[in-house]
Amino acid sequence: MSVLVLAEHDNAKLNEATLHAVAAAQKIGGDLHILVAGSNAGAVADQAAKVGGVSKVLLADDAAYGDRLAENLAKLLVGLAGNYSHILATATATGKNVLPRVAALLDVQQISEISAVESADTFVRPIYAGNALATVQSSDKVKVITVRGTSFDMAPASGGSAAVEKVAAAGDAGLSTFVGQELAKSERPELTSARVVVSGGRGMQNGDNFKLLDALADKLNAAVGASRAAVDAGFVPNTYQVGQTGKIVAPELYIAVGISGAIQHLAGMKDSKVIVAINKDEDAPIFQVADYGLVADLFQAVPELTSAVSK
Amino acid sequence: MKVLVAVKRVVDYNVKVRVKADGTGVETANVKMSMNPFDEIGVEEAVRLKEAGKATEVIAVSLGPVQCQETIRTALAMGADRGVHVQTDTELQPLAVAKLLKAVVDKEQPQICILGKQAIDDDANQTGQMLAALLGSAQATFASKLVLNDNGTANVTREVDGGLETITVKLPFVLTTDLRLNEPRYASLPNIMKAKKKPIDALTPEQLGVDVAPRLKTLKVTEPPKRQAGIKVKSVAELVDKLRNEAKVI
Repeated sequence: MSVLVLAEHDNAKLNEATLHAVAAAQKIGGDLHILVAGSNAGAVADQAAKVGGVSKVLLADDAAYGDRLAENLAKLLVGLAGNYSHILATATATGKNVLPRVAALLDVQQISEISAVESADTFVRPIYAGNALATVQSSDKVKVITVRGTSFDMAPASGGSAAVEKVAAAGDAGLSTFVGQELAKSERPELTSARVVVSGGRGMQNGDNFKLLDALADKLNAAVGASRAAVDAGFVPNTYQVGQTGKIVAPELYIAVGISGAIQHLAGMKDSKVIVAINKDEDAPIFQVADYGLVADLFQAVPELTSAVSK
Repeated sequence: MKVLVAVKRVVDYNVKVRVKADGTGVETANVKMSMNPFDEIGVEEAVRLKEAGKATEVIAVSLGPVQCQETIRTALAMGADRGVHVQTDTELQPLAVAKLLKAVVDKEQPQICILGKQAIDDDANQTGQMLAALLGSAQATFASKLVLNDNGTANVTREVDGGLETITVKLPFVLTTDLRLNEPRYASLPNIMKAKKKPIDALTPEQLGVDVAPRLKTLKVTEPPKRQAGIKVKSVAELVDKLRNEAKVI
């Protein structure tokens, strides 16, 4: 058995999201290789080579891979697939974009967002916004799988000493080109890996009021998230969205402020260890999942909470 | 220019699904069904392309049991011109759906295929990407903005983990919709009535020469672990005390 994990990176740094897929790969067993496909991405390959449990890093270095275009990455993966029983990627935007294309080209049925590995051919995955778990078995020759990051503790980033092997680029498919990106800049911890998340919903009323959550997040060294309603209303950028089709988070502490608790939002945060809800509506569904619920006006409660906690 | 939109009939997003006691699946009998919300956004985008004079015909395709026709009618009521129903009672997994759609695309030759990013029942997020692969076309997933250019390409802005990215794709291509691409219209009653007269072509997987047998075997469907019931605190002070001394998270 041999597993190939597609690395998530920005050509300079290996993204720790990769380490969740590596952990899932370790549960499957067999030889574990990481594929770094990028442009001038040698440093990423060197970092990948240090990941615990990895026996080889493949480096495909070409301009065609520098911007994560799915058509080019899929072509590369398909060419390498013959050597592997499993191809994995963490369910990041890139993983979700690329892997299904690989699966179709290999004529196999992908298994999306696994939350557990039962065996080399049997996996658990959430369906219906996480309100049910399906245990599925694949008899396909190559299993193509995306991994829900929050379900697998990261493999260690160091301790390994794999060899880096250069592989030939598979060429540019010529179907798409990268124009540009607008990345939301933040000094805060990454939303998907932060220990504490403070999240705001429609109850925040406008984007400016998110300053209240920023102040609390500063004290708690937290990431700041949001419900779909807050993003749709333009309070905060799309990168903040926690939910069924946004970011999936499972922090030690999730503080939901002015969030009603729609099914779709819960899907993104109900695996948090401790959930706190602050909402002036005592019937808000969020209180059904909250470990600690405070029925209060957030504009009073949040500043009070900020003062009461120390860094 | 033809635009093809795929629409899936799913359990309505407001329904709190229940897992069947025998572990074979989720209770769907007598449960409200609707068009997958991402597919509504897809139909809306296609109809807007027609209204802008960029598309000449919008074809709505649905695949599955006879009730899919209701979903197609909804798309027709929103402004699609014609429907295609590929009828089968077999459980369709994304790979099979992509193959069926490819067969329909081969007949219809649309310049743009619009699918929802994911279906809210299986949450797979695969079909659009798979269709693009089978067609050898570009894919533009998680789209929040679509702009057609004059030179046989389109600029698509996509929602990604770190923000937004824009790519240019060659036509024909496959687009998958994300939440903020547009706000779908409600079908008016006159349009709902008009939709009853629009044609829906009926096909089968056999006619299209596609093997739709499921690849993944579902061994069981279970409920996720239940959270312990929580408590209400009466003050911020009490909350901080609990978080510090009971939960020990701050």
